[in-house]
Amino acid sequence: MSTATATLSRKQRKDPVQKATRIRNPLSERIAPYAYVAPFFIIFLVFGLFPLIFTFYVSLFDWNPIGKQTFVGLRNFEQLFADGRFWNALLNTFGIFLISTIPQLLLALFLAHLLNHARLRWANFFRMALLVPYITSVAATAIVFAQIFDKNFGFINWVLGLFGLPSVNFLASNFGSWILISAMVMWRWFGYNTLLYLAGLQSMPREMFEAASVDGASSWQQFRHLTIPSLRPIIVFSVIMSTIGGLQIFTEPLLVAPESGLTCGAGRQCQTLSLFLYEQGFGLFKFGYGSAIGVVLFVIVVLVSLLNFFLSTRTRKAR
Amino acid sequence: MSDVIDEVIPQSLADRGVKPARPPKRRSKGGRVSRRVYVFLALAVVVSVFPLYYMFVIASAGATAVTSIPPRMYPGTQFFDVAAKVFDTVPFFASLMNSVFVSLTIAVVSAIMCAMAGFAFAKLQFPGRNLLFLIVLLTMTVPAQLSVIPQYLIVSGLDWVDTLQAIIVPGLASAFGIFWMRQHMATTVSDELIQSARIDGANSWQMFWAIAFPVVRPAAFVLGLITFTGVWNDFMWPFIVLKSPELFTVQIALKQLQANRTIDVALAMGGSFLATLPLLIVFFFVGRRMVSGIMDGAFKG
Repeated sequence: MSTATATLSRKQRKDPVQKATRIRNPLSERIAPYAYVAPFFIIFLVFGLFPLIFTFYVSLFDWNPIGKQTFVGLRNFEQLFADGRFWNALLNTFGIFLISTIPQLLLALFLAHLLNHARLRWANFFRMALLVPYITSVAATAIVFAQIFDKNFGFINWVLGLFGLPSVNFLASNFGSWILISAMVMWRWFGYNTLLYLAGLQSMPREMFEAASVDGASSWQQFRHLTIPSLRPIIVFSVIMSTIGGLQIFTEPLLVAPESGLTCGAGRQCQTLSLFLYEQGFGLFKFGYGSAIGVVLFVIVVLVSLLNFFLSTRTRKAR
Repeated sequence: MSDVIDEVIPQSLADRGVKPARPPKRRSKGGRVSRRVYVFLALAVVVSVFPLYYMFVIASAGATAVTSIPPRMYPGTQFFDVAAKVFDTVPFFASLMNSVFVSLTIAVVSAIMCAMAGFAFAKLQFPGRNLLFLIVLLTMTVPAQLSVIPQYLIVSGLDWVDTLQAIIVPGLASAFGIFWMRQHMATTVSDELIQSARIDGANSWQMFWAIAFPVVRPAAFVLGLITFTGVWNDFMWPFIVLKSPELFTVQIALKQLQANRTIDVALAMGGSFLATLPLLIVFFFVGRRMVSGIMDGAFKG
């Protein structure tokens, strides 16, 4: 008893608050933290975690929502890996990802570099204007880009015509539709990524650039040897986010070629994995087959996240 | 390769920077901004704004504008005719109201929920805290989209198909929002204030509302804006669960308008412009806070 009071008073001297918490901590206070995080976890369990696990389960069935469910083991996956439409959708997803991400991030880096000038005027105006695409919905974007890239009367083909180039029917080929969809993705996200990089740049000490200028480093050299290396963690982050975003591309191909329904072109030129999942699940009511596509998407996400983890720990070590 | 640069460059700069006693020129980076910078930035602004402008041009220029060569580049006078047609063709007003209701509900409720969870994760001690927060972080990278089929099965099991709560309830859980609010709680709410309130006998509920929440209200507001924008623009999930046109959100109404795109491009463009306009207006007033919020979030993440 006496030792207990002794330790308590020693603690009290060290940290009076600790004692106060100890003493008046009724049950309700001990439960309270869980109550604050509970709403998220309950909803997450019901609409996030459970469906994710259930996806694996459903993918083992021949599952018709209005008919019956038969267990088929891994047959959906065998069928999927032998399905040309799946490989086509995978190729389209990665093609669009590559074309949209790389130029977009380079452009964002370049613009962030420009916006980082200390004496730039109208800086707020520029930043806000660059965020306008981000508040425009994908649906609206797809509708207006379909017109801008129209094969007969589109703005882009008119510009190509000014240079004496023939008109392009972008939706006719895989590569053409990748360009069209990538243009939408790029347009919506380049300003957002510019702001991310700008934030990263502004967290860097200005003296670093000043020292470089004093030493006679050109703007390009500063960009190449200071800006890019110090932004590496944030660049890795944005590439990961773009990959995960890229796997979810759905609305763009659905709305850009409305005449062709769920396939985005008669030859599935721009059908992405997400649209393929939707087509199988909700167009053809093959819930099992659609879930198998979901499982593949999940595996890709996990691989990307592991890569992210690997790259970011390596970056930290390099510092 | 770039590892090498990482190590070599700052070092060599420091080496050389130490030798001469030259004071760093203040003007070097902060000097006059060359005209080229403005030209590039202006180009970027034109690219950012052009598609929206073009929507308005096509929607206002009359039927022949769509097929004119060179493409029409300036607006006409018929925007209100097209807008009226948009409201006649689909229940666009109901869609706008549905979007406002759904987006606002999710933005407000989820911001408060995330603030509460963020408060618990940043300022309260409880067993399992770190594990639970790790789960929150992990869920941030898994897109919900890949499990839409079971999600649909659940919503249909609850008999929620074709109701707005099918969008609202799942939309409330935001791992990103919790992460965001936790960061702000951890950096802006002072521990001393919390502790002295505790000594005064306040319980955690009172501490949250009286101390923590007022301090992070600006951050919660920005989170609400970002959530509002995201929900307003969301397409896939509402497209799956909503069936009756009078329950459609505005994005799904666009899909419906676009169904006859081959017949009337101006109609789809007018609808797109009208669907974007409310957010544009909001953005005009609070865009600066959104910009700084996004930059702030990037810095913390």
